[in-house]
Amino acid sequence: MLELQNISFSAESDGAQKEILKNIGLKIDKGFVAVTGPNGGGKSTLAKLIAGIHRPDSGRILLDGEDITDLSVTDRARKGISFAFQQPVHFKGMTVYDLIGLAAGKSIGLTEACDYLSQVGLCARDYINREVNSSLSGGELKRIEIATVLARGTKISIFDEPEAGIDLWSFNNLIKVFEKMRRTLNGTILIISHQERILNIADHVIVLGDGEVLQEGSKEEILPGLLGNISTGCHITAEGEQI
Amino acid sequence: MNQTERELLKIIADMDETTGGAYNIRANGQLADRHVTENIDIKTKTDKPGIDIIIKPGTKNETVHIPVLISQTGLSDLVYNDFIIGEGADVTIIAGCGIHNCGSEESRHDGIHSFFIGKNAKVKYVEKHYGAGSGTGENNMNPTTIVNIAEGGSMEMETTQIEGIQSTTRVTKARLSAHATIVIREKIMTSGKQTAETDFTVDLDGEHSSANVISRSVAKEDSFQRFLSKINGNNICNGHTECDAIIMDHGRVCAIPEITANHIDASLIHEAAIGKIAGDQLMKLMTLGLTEKQAEEQIINGFLK
Repeated sequence: MLELQNISFSAESDGAQKEILKNIGLKIDKGFVAVTGPNGGGKSTLAKLIAGIHRPDSGRILLDGEDITDLSVTDRARKGISFAFQQPVHFKGMTVYDLIGLAAGKSIGLTEACDYLSQVGLCARDYINREVNSSLSGGELKRIEIATVLARGTKISIFDEPEAGIDLWSFNNLIKVFEKMRRTLNGTILIISHQERILNIADHVIVLGDGEVLQEGSKEEILPGLLGNISTGCHITAEGEQI
Repeated sequence: MNQTERELLKIIADMDETTGGAYNIRANGQLADRHVTENIDIKTKTDKPGIDIIIKPGTKNETVHIPVLISQTGLSDLVYNDFIIGEGADVTIIAGCGIHNCGSEESRHDGIHSFFIGKNAKVKYVEKHYGAGSGTGENNMNPTTIVNIAEGGSMEMETTQIEGIQSTTRVTKARLSAHATIVIREKIMTSGKQTAETDFTVDLDGEHSSANVISRSVAKEDSFQRFLSKINGNNICNGHTECDAIIMDHGRVCAIPEITANHIDASLIHEAAIGKIAGDQLMKLMTLGLTEKQAEEQIINGFLK
């Protein structure tokens, strides 16, 4: 279980210190957990704090009871936290096979690497020797990013807006990937998303807005109100745009 | 040949006792071994140090190895090697220089290679530079490569120098006739107080000739690299030059691309990018459980692969 105790985080914006997360307390159990809410509400920051990319100003983060607040990104990764970036990183010269191998943390055969790629709907043969660079489309890079998390197979997998920047066709495939992940789940998937179809796969939904937890509960409890508000002028749309 | 020399040979030319085909091994300034084939002749020059490698027209899929080994400290070696590649031939030439300097004096190898590539001939030229040894003596190499490509001919040149060489100045000049092409890929990594300068000049004289000069380099610690790449478009032609460099610690890199269009239909592009390893690249690999140092190594390995 992942536990966030009184987490606060601020960052400089236009010369002024802005509070991004305000005294967040959350307990995240096994299962498929979605974090949603308006842009600028602190969702990605929360994900990065868990992975260790950002450090909180105050508060503690516990993984299975162990305080990991002061651990580095590397140490947290080794303790079983994986993080899929919203904008996958490009690597000149590094192939898809190299990256999947690094993610697996051991030397893996082609068959195993291909298996992870197949799971994200990529025809492995066409991709395995490609470089992880801008010659790949946004959707392809995104799926490779997800494959790196699958290859790690850790107890906590965090996905920061997997739908961002991909076309509709890729999006449909992406949904299938997450549906499959939901079925074969063993551990916690924490997914930051604005997409109703992704929220629909979740067991548990957390709504974050203005740096605070606005709502939290099962999908059945949260979603009807959340989606119902779209037509009644709530500030959240299905695409997550603030209006 | 001793163990050190055998090891150097494996590193720079991937050669061992089983390597067949034509070869010429030069060790400590002397001919150590030579083998010629029906299509490839190797002759010692009579007017100056060096060899002539003569490849018969139409020779297909043959490989020539011409490694140079230096394991003696204080040796300064200068050679002139001429490659005459017959019309329509398709060959691979593997050169390279390995220095193992355990002494305190400078060991140095300067090779001047001239290629005369015949009509429609194809050459792949691979050159590795490697320096090792526990001594304080410097390992220096200054290769000069002069390339003339006749109509329809092509050359692919790959050069690699991964640390171990204190100072290098590489000069490459190519002149291309109609429909000739050249692709040059250079990989360099320097560390310590090493310096590496490369100077490419390609003259695209013939119509529809083309050149692609690509350099990837890493400068670590206090090392310095200078990359000069000149392409002159003297006819309807295509030229592209690209320099990508990673700097680390106090490493410095200077990239000077120069493209000149002397013909209205010359199409020339240059690209150069220098910077440290991107923070998000390190971060991504750290989220996979690598330490910052391991992440750096993986990024550089990939970059120079």
